[in-house]
Amino acid sequence: MTLAQAPHGFLSPTGVEIAFLLVGLVTLGAALVTVTTRQLVHAALWLVVALGGLAVEYLLLTAEFIAWVQVLIYVGSVVVLLLFGLMLTKAPIGRSPDADSGNRWAALTVAVASAVALVWVVVDAFRTTWIDLDGPAAGTTEVTGASLFRHWVLPFEALSVLLLAALVGAIVLSRKAKAGDQTGDPAGDLSAAPGKEGAR
Amino acid sequence: MNDVLDVALRLLVVFAVFLTFPLIVGQTEHKVMAHMQGRLGPMYAGGFHGWAQLIADGVKFAQKEDVVPAGADRRVFQLAPAVALLPYLLVLLAIPIGPGEGAVGQVLDAGVFFVLAVMGVGVLGSLMAGWASANKFSLLGGLRTAAQLLSYELPMLLAAASVAMAAGTVSLPGILHAFHWWWLPWQIVGAVVFFVAGLAELQRPPFDMPVADSEIIFGAYTEYTGLRFALFLLAEYAGIVVLCGLTTVLFLGGWHGPWGADGLGWVWTLLKTAILAFLVIWLRVTYPRLREDQLQKLSWTLLVPLSLAQIALTGIVKVVIS
Repeated sequence: MTLAQAPHGFLSPTGVEIAFLLVGLVTLGAALVTVTTRQLVHAALWLVVALGGLAVEYLLLTAEFIAWVQVLIYVGSVVVLLLFGLMLTKAPIGRSPDADSGNRWAALTVAVASAVALVWVVVDAFRTTWIDLDGPAAGTTEVTGASLFRHWVLPFEALSVLLLAALVGAIVLSRKAKAGDQTGDPAGDLSAAPGKEGAR
Repeated sequence: MNDVLDVALRLLVVFAVFLTFPLIVGQTEHKVMAHMQGRLGPMYAGGFHGWAQLIADGVKFAQKEDVVPAGADRRVFQLAPAVALLPYLLVLLAIPIGPGEGAVGQVLDAGVFFVLAVMGVGVLGSLMAGWASANKFSLLGGLRTAAQLLSYELPMLLAAASVAMAAGTVSLPGILHAFHWWWLPWQIVGAVVFFVAGLAELQRPPFDMPVADSEIIFGAYTEYTGLRFALFLLAEYAGIVVLCGLTTVLFLGGWHGPWGADGLGWVWTLLKTAILAFLVIWLRVTYPRLREDQLQKLSWTLLVPLSLAQIALTGIVKVVIS
């Protein structure tokens, strides 16, 4: 990335910029369909399009590593988990009339507010920054790794600890639920059966 | 003009490999399975030992009527085979078969991540098929597919990460350039984990719980007929080619061999891939299907710890030798 020496105009876009804009529009459209469609599984599949579009945007910004990780984590795992949950609980074919939330205006307000905040911050921070497409790629695995482990080690480690805590928490929660199943309801566990603690 | 021609030629070659190699694996499976079970297999189509059997099968599939169940979600149902098949074509682009610039479809900086990410997308096709068929057997198959993918993706990634650590790069040709013969014993645990997890991801026996024909007919593909069904089958065999090619490249040294690595490197790659494909077929004939709980247990209590141990070993050796 270089600071703008020559003036970069918005009026004579290059091919990459046009592609970026078009993919962005597709991503936005898919995201809108995701939250508005009444067909639950279709929403999950449109989410695949939105997340995939985001990966293409990363590619166009030369961040190849981030793009593939985006596909690997979000399309390959998160959406599969989502679909698994949908199939396990309720995945009717066709429209679900109750697939609507009473909070739609509150949700819209929050979404628009966060979008405005993010766009404002990004535009304010990177207005004069341009990626030099002809030079060496600015987002290769090597560059990403170096900047991550040289300048951003502390946030990285904090995130790791957070994720580890979430993992341990999930295991603890699932184990507790299992113990409750075996002894009937948890309330009865406390009141009756003084010998149970020892049995365990 | 030369660049365009170059790209077109590469795409054409990869596409030809994509169309022929899965068929060769399929025909080999017919014959190898037959001989392992004490019979002959297809003998008539084409004359010589039934070499044209799969072509005849293809003609048969093409002639069949394309049926979409009345209760199905039409568009998702029709889209699913393409989603299952196309990722393997994309993965083939990134697998190098020789040391030169011309022996790989496209050199990618983050090749390992690319192939694993795109292979994960292919499973979405099975999920879409399972849900959109409006059939409880299909839905069960889809569920099992998802559960299997979620548990086996992790050991596969960890095993691949171990090799990337050893080589210090995530580019597939880069990993091969860094390869030495003693990586073979060093990374052998990771190799086994990767191969087994890959088999599970492809839903090949003994991990074919999602398509268990004695329980849920044919899982997610129950309602498919004709060409779309053939596309799912092709995806399975293309998956075998991709998995064996990847295991060769990541763990078995790809084009490296005892001799002739310069000019005949691609022969080594193809030979190793073919041996692994034979192993896949052999496993299908010899092992009974794992039960669902055994499947999950194998991944979480055996493969994940083994791959973590492999990563620890890789790290220790890497620090010691550097």
